[in-house]
Amino acid sequence: MIDPEVLVPFNPTYVDGPALTAANLLWLIPAAPIVAAGVSALLKQPRRKLSATLAIGSMCFSLLLALAAFAEVVGDWMDGAATRETVNLMWFQFGTTNVDLGWVLDPLSAMMLVMVTLVGLLIFIYSVGYMAHDENFTRFFCFLSLFAGGMLTVVIANSLLLLFMGWEIVGLTSYLLIGFWYQKPAAASAAKKAFLVTRVGDVFFLLGIVWLFAQSNTLLFYNHGAGSMEKAALTALLAQPAALGLTAAGAIGLLIFAGAAGKSGQFPLHVWLPDAMEGPTPVSALIHAATMVAAGVYLIARVYPLMQAGALAGGTTTALIVVTWVGAFTAVFAALIAVAQNDIKRILAYSTVSQLGYMMAGLGMGGVAVGMFHLITHAFFKALLFMGAGSVIHGCHEEQDIRRMGGLKADMPLTFITYAVGMLALCGFPILFSGFWSKDGILEAAQHWSVAKTPFYMLVFGALLTAFYMSRQVVYVFFGHWRGGKVAQESPAVMTLPLVVLALFAMGLGLIGTPAWPWFRAFLDGHAADFAWRGFLEPGLLALMGISTMVVFLGLGLGWSLYGGQTPKIQEQDALQRAIPMPWGWLRDRLYVDEFCGATVVAFYGWWAHVSDWLDRRVWGGLVTLVAWAFGQWAKLNRFLDTSVVDGSFDKGCEELASSGGLLARVQNGRVQSYLRILALAVAALAIILIWSSRA
Amino acid sequence: MGASTPLAGFLLVAALLFAIGLAGALTRRNAILVLIGIELMLNAANLNFIAFWRYGPHPEALTGMMFAIFSIAVAAAEAAVGLGLVIAIFRHAKTTDLDQMNRMKG
Repeated sequence: MIDPEVLVPFNPTYVDGPALTAANLLWLIPAAPIVAAGVSALLKQPRRKLSATLAIGSMCFSLLLALAAFAEVVGDWMDGAATRETVNLMWFQFGTTNVDLGWVLDPLSAMMLVMVTLVGLLIFIYSVGYMAHDENFTRFFCFLSLFAGGMLTVVIANSLLLLFMGWEIVGLTSYLLIGFWYQKPAAASAAKKAFLVTRVGDVFFLLGIVWLFAQSNTLLFYNHGAGSMEKAALTALLAQPAALGLTAAGAIGLLIFAGAAGKSGQFPLHVWLPDAMEGPTPVSALIHAATMVAAGVYLIARVYPLMQAGALAGGTTTALIVVTWVGAFTAVFAALIAVAQNDIKRILAYSTVSQLGYMMAGLGMGGVAVGMFHLITHAFFKALLFMGAGSVIHGCHEEQDIRRMGGLKADMPLTFITYAVGMLALCGFPILFSGFWSKDGILEAAQHWSVAKTPFYMLVFGALLTAFYMSRQVVYVFFGHWRGGKVAQESPAVMTLPLVVLALFAMGLGLIGTPAWPWFRAFLDGHAADFAWRGFLEPGLLALMGISTMVVFLGLGLGWSLYGGQTPKIQEQDALQRAIPMPWGWLRDRLYVDEFCGATVVAFYGWWAHVSDWLDRRVWGGLVTLVAWAFGQWAKLNRFLDTSVVDGSFDKGCEELASSGGLLARVQNGRVQSYLRILALAVAALAIILIWSSRA
Repeated sequence: MGASTPLAGFLLVAALLFAIGLAGALTRRNAILVLIGIELMLNAANLNFIAFWRYGPHPEALTGMMFAIFSIAVAAAEAAVGLGLVIAIFRHAKTTDLDQMNRMKG
C-alpha cells in the first residue's frame, strides 16, 4: 500500500480556520513576482513593455493580496483576538525527522508584507522611467521581480529554512543588481564584495540554523506548541549550556544575529553597503535602503522569542545586549562617516547603515514594536530619499558628486519638495514627520534601558549627526547656485509621482505610532489601541521629545550655518574640513575600515591563497604528476603487450584460416560434372578396395 | 560363382549399361543428356535387383520385383524434378550447357 503522505508531500496540515482565508493564499504573494521573473527570463527576445508590465502587474497583485491579508489580521485584532495563522507543509523526511516549510500570517508579517509590496511597487514604477534608456531593461525587471519574490518569501516564512531560501535569493539578486552595469569595474567588484561580505554573516546564520535544528528538531517558528519559537523548545534550549556562560538559546541567537548583521550592514560587516551604491538607483532604493537591508532587522524581530528567552521580568539577555551595543555603535559610526562624503548616494548609504543601527538598538532595548516601527517608517522615507537622489542624478546627467550640483531647488521643484520631506523625516523633524515618532520610540526605550545609559547618549549624538549631514547634503544639492556643466532638468512624471506618494507616507505614517495613539505597538503586541492625549504626559516623555527636537534643530542649524551662507567651488575645501582637517580626512576615508579589512582579512586570504597555490603546484601537483607518469608507463607496457602478443597471434590465426579456406574453396568449382567425376572415382576406388579386401 | 551361370551374364550387361550411363553423364555437356545417362545408371541398378532376386535363394518372395518397381517410380519422380530444374534454368540462363552453370563455385 502506498502511503498517501509520500504521494502528496505538499498536502497542507495544521490549518486553522476556514479553508479560504488569506493565510492559505499567502504563498501567492511571493509566487507572483517569482513567476513574473521566470516568464521574463524565458522570453525569446527581450520585450521591454511586456516584462515591465509583468513585473508591475505581479507587484500589484501581491500588494492587493497583502492588503487583504492585512485587513484580515486587523479585523481579527479588532474583534479582540490577535491571531497567528500558520500553514505548514512537510517538504521531506529523513529517518523519523520531518523537514517542514510553512508560512505565517500575524501582525508582524502582515505589516511587513504591505510595506514591501507597496514600496516595491512604487519603485518598480519609478524604474520604468529611470531605466528607460538602458538596453538591458528586461533583465533589470526580471531581477527586480525575483528580488521582490525572495524578499516576500523571507517575510511570510514560518520556517527558518524557507526564510533562509528567500534570504539567499535576496542575496543573489542583490549581487546581480549591484553588478547590473558589470561593464564598470567598480560595479563588478562592489557586487563581489557585497556577496562575499554578506556570506560571512550567512555562514554564522546557517550554523545557527543547524544548531537550532539539532536541538529542537524543527525549524518551524510556530507549530501549535511544537515550533522552535514556542515555550517547549525555548525551555529546552535554555536548559542546554553552551560555551562562555551562554545558553544554547543565547548562542543560537547570537549566530542568527551575525547573519542579520551581514544583511543589515551592522559594524563590522557594513563595508559592502556603501559600495553597493554602484548599482542603479532604484536598486539602491529598493534593496539597499527599504527592503533587503531590513531583512536582517525583520529576522531578529521574527526570532525575538529566542533572543529574549531567559530574560527575567524587565530584564534583558546577553544576545539582546550584544544587538543593542552593535546597533548603537553602528548608528554613530556610520553617521560620522556620512558627514564627510561627497557622493549623494554614498551619504544616503551611510545614513542607511546608521538607521539600521537605530533599528537594531531599538529591537535590543525596546522590543519588536520599537524596532519594527522605525523599520517601516524608514523604508518609506529612505526609499523616497534614494529615489529623489536618483531623480537628481538623472536630472544632472548622471552626476553624483554633490559638489558639482547646487541650486536645483529652482530647476527641480517637485524633486526638491519631496526630497526635503524625506530629509526632514530622516532627521526626525518634530510632529509632522514619521521619523520623529519612530526615532523617539527608540530613544525612549534607550532612556529606560536597565543595563546602561551610554546607548542613549550615543543615539542622541547620532541624531545630531543625522540632522547635520542631511542639511549639508540638501544645501549642497538644492541651494546656492548651479556648479555643474549642462543645466539640470526635472524628471518625468513616472519618476516624480512615486516620490509624491512616498512623501505622503513619510509624513502620515507617524500618526500610527505616536505616544497618544500607539496603534502600531498595540497591533504588534496584540492588545487594543486606546487613544489618549494623556500618552504625551507620561513622566519624562515630553522632556525627551524636547531634547530630541532640540537636537534636530541644533543639527539643522549647524549644517545651515556652516554651509548655507556660501556654497564652495569644487576645488575649495569643505567648510568643516577647514575647521578640523585631520578628523575630517579620517571620516572622508571612511575611518579606514576598508583599509583595515584589506590589511588583515584580505591580506591573510592573499597569503593563504599563495600558500595553497604553492602546495597545489609543488606538493599535490608533483604527486599527481608522479602518479600520472606511472600510469603512463604502465599504459605503454600494456600497449606493447597488446600489439605484439595479443594482436600478433590473432592476426596470424586469421591469416591461416583465410588461406586454408581459399584452398578448400577451389574444390567447389560449381561444375556438377566434376563433382560427379570425383564421386565416380571414389566409388570405383571403394569398389577396388572392397574387392581387394574380400580377396585377401 | 562362375562364368557359366546366367547371373553373370545379367550382371555383365548391367555393368555395361552402368558404364555407358556414367560415361554419358560425365562427358555430355547438355543437361538433358546427362539426365538420360543417370537414368541409364539407375536402370542398370534395377537390372541387378531383378537378377539377384531371380537367381537368389528365395525367388518366390517377389522382393526384388517390388524393389525394382519402387525404384522405377522413384526414378520417374526424380526425372520429373530434374527436367523441371533444367527447364527452370533454361528459362533463366537460355542454355542447357552444364559448363556455364557454375554459379555455385566456392
